[in-house]
Amino acid sequence: MLLYITKRLLLGVVIVILAVTVLFVMIHLVPGDPARILLGPRATTEMIATMSSRMGLDQPLPIQILKFFGNLFRGDLGMDVITKRPVAEIVFGQLPFTLWLIFTAITFAALIGIPLGCYSALHRNTLIDRITGILSIACITAPAFVVALFSLLIFAVWLQWFPAVGAGERGNFGDQVAHIVLPAFAIGLSWIGYLARLVRASMLEVMGENHIRTARAYGLPERVVVFRYALKLAVLPTVTVIGVGMGFLLSAALFTEIVFARPGIGKLIYDSIITRNYPVVMGSVLVSTILFVASTTISDLINAWLDPRIRASL
Amino acid sequence: MILLLKRICREPMGLLGLVLVVLISLSALLASVIAPHDPIALNIVDRLQGPSANYILGTDQLGRDLFSRVLYGGQVALKVALISIALALSIGVLLGMLAGFGPSWLDNLIMLFFDTIRSFPTVMFALATVALVGPSLSTVIVVIVITSIPNYGRVIRTQTLTIKNNEFIQAERVMGASLGRILWVHVLPNVMGPLMILASMDIPTVVALEAGLSFLGMGVKPPTPSWGSILNDGYTLIRNTPWPIIAGSLPLVLITLGFTFLGESLRDLIDPKLRKSL
Repeated sequence: MLLYITKRLLLGVVIVILAVTVLFVMIHLVPGDPARILLGPRATTEMIATMSSRMGLDQPLPIQILKFFGNLFRGDLGMDVITKRPVAEIVFGQLPFTLWLIFTAITFAALIGIPLGCYSALHRNTLIDRITGILSIACITAPAFVVALFSLLIFAVWLQWFPAVGAGERGNFGDQVAHIVLPAFAIGLSWIGYLARLVRASMLEVMGENHIRTARAYGLPERVVVFRYALKLAVLPTVTVIGVGMGFLLSAALFTEIVFARPGIGKLIYDSIITRNYPVVMGSVLVSTILFVASTTISDLINAWLDPRIRASL
Repeated sequence: MILLLKRICREPMGLLGLVLVVLISLSALLASVIAPHDPIALNIVDRLQGPSANYILGTDQLGRDLFSRVLYGGQVALKVALISIALALSIGVLLGMLAGFGPSWLDNLIMLFFDTIRSFPTVMFALATVALVGPSLSTVIVVIVITSIPNYGRVIRTQTLTIKNNEFIQAERVMGASLGRILWVHVLPNVMGPLMILASMDIPTVVALEAGLSFLGMGVKPPTPSWGSILNDGYTLIRNTPWPIIAGSLPLVLITLGFTFLGESLRDLIDPKLRKSL
């Protein structure tokens, strides 16, 4: 197990390094000088040279990459060339908004999706099961930004139940809750369907196992059999699925943050790309990649801990 | 093939999926015949109208007919989906078979490449690329191809690994068949079934991604109609009219539902074993 953990962690680090290198190479390969594009057509050669050196673009590519990683170990992600604030400060200022949003969305999806899947499995092939099945597929296929647009249209513009823009006043908890409802719904909706299907499938599998039959044979009440013995096991796959689904969650968060003009790492990436602020692009993409790699690594480790067969495959 | 179609039609979900897919594909293909108006012709007098006999889905802020734009937008969506999935499939198959059959260092290298690609959240990778190269339809296609290669490659690799040790492959080797012949004649047909199902279930994802990027202004350039750019118009006009949002999302939701229903019933018919692994 220790060998597996080491290997898996090393793989994670290698992937992050490769990803950053790819980004650097891409910036380098693009026709046109980023500094020139940032400053616009009226910039003088001197201004461009100053901007290039401020962005570190005047050095050879390998040096740039090495420097970036050197600074990274000291927690320094570079400097935002426009506002002259440290990138790390900007990124970590926005990160909590995204994490809260994702967390709320997943909790909301789990609270509805898991009971729904459980109910479907226990009442297999009834009308409600069929309807849940079709609704789940409909939920899964609805793109997050379409759900976001519709919830904005219906609940914020027409009914005016919830605010449309921003993340709420700082320190005002009620206001922040009101602002997170619609974005979390937009991200969570597809996960309701996804979790319902997953839990239904694994619940059906668990209910057929020997220990459930034994529990029933002991004369335990159905409630105890379902909740204490079956559901506990059937919920396990969802943990790993959420870990692997972090990429989808981050992508969905990006769209909803833009639709609801909500601060967060997705909106930060989008805004910095629009303004061609490369240091901020690098920093925010790096942080979200690390977040993604970390969550897939953790879910792989949990999987390997549960199922020894996986350990042999790496 | 006809037998398969008959069996799909017997299931209500499969039939619904098939009907939706055929309907939307036909409406996109025949856009120039069906569309009542020019999708990019401006008509400021009739701007921001609701649905009427003349404009079935209303008009946008420049007075363009939304129904015609939706029909032509379907062409963009299907073009992107078909081209990028075909390309990703071919490259993925090639790399996957190489990884499965080649020496272990090559296998590790290819798998590392796959893992690296998958470590970027797709949309962020797409945004970063578009920021560097500039928005265009071909950029969108390239991004989708690169990010979908690992999905197919991994499936092919696993399938190849299981087939590799079968006796008939060893027999071929003993008879002196070349690697290319083994892969092309013996491995490929065996892995094609699950792959086609995977591809058909990927179409909704790709269509949604194209729409999403166009929504962010990173896909097709205006005035070319795309479902995503119609939705973007709708977003800026959200306090004036709901019709662009409805017009843009309707085909998007219908086609994703259609392909998903179709893919699911295809999977249940062809390869029920996949049900658990997908």
